[in-house]
Amino acid sequence: MLVIARDVVDAIVAHARRDHPDEACGVVAGPVGSDRPERFVPMVNAARSPTFYEFDSADLLRLYRGMDERDEEPVVIYHSHTATEAYPSRTDVSYASEPGAHYLVVSTRDADSAEIRSFRIVDGEVTEEEVRVVETLD
Amino acid sequence: MAVEVRIPTILRTYTGGQKAVEGSGATLADLIRDLDSRHPGIAERLLEDGRLRRFVNVYLNDEDVRFLDGLGTPVADGDDVTILPAVAGG
Repeated sequence: MLVIARDVVDAIVAHARRDHPDEACGVVAGPVGSDRPERFVPMVNAARSPTFYEFDSADLLRLYRGMDERDEEPVVIYHSHTATEAYPSRTDVSYASEPGAHYLVVSTRDADSAEIRSFRIVDGEVTEEEVRVVETLD
Repeated sequence: MAVEVRIPTILRTYTGGQKAVEGSGATLADLIRDLDSRHPGIAERLLEDGRLRRFVNVYLNDEDVRFLDGLGTPVADGDDVTILPAVAGG
């Protein structure tokens, strides 16, 4: 299960809408081992594509250095699907490289509502999990 | 000569859980061979057909080696190498 604060979810959806029709991407960092997605970090999609996303390599290094300095890890890795459902694609599964992260997918295919689903992707296996949106993380 | 290599979470199974290991070599290719001699299987995760895998980023002193000389990039004593899998998908 992913427990996440409403304002973080809203920020993720706003980012996805802003970048639509390109895929948006980013992370929500939190203290190592806490499973708390506390710090929203929207990233630039270096691919600028409606069907692919990739963090720019220099941005990626800066992100990981920043998390190391703060003793954080990527609790949530999010991206949007702009024309398909909020389910990990084969590409998403092939490239998932953080076994501890919640992979959050937002679909912006419908202008009036955002579909948000979360998954664990470990060793090529996808397991869907519940998303519990709370007012604040305890 | 010794170089510190920072290992991403997903590759720590090859290093017994260590976040950083030491290695040596004149070039990045040599360094990877050297790492693989002590952490078997790690080279296979970094290389495909003798080239750096597209979705694995390797940085030498914070510069992406793709903008240097790739696997031929010279490595010196005291250098810092960081490996980070790309964060990507579709």
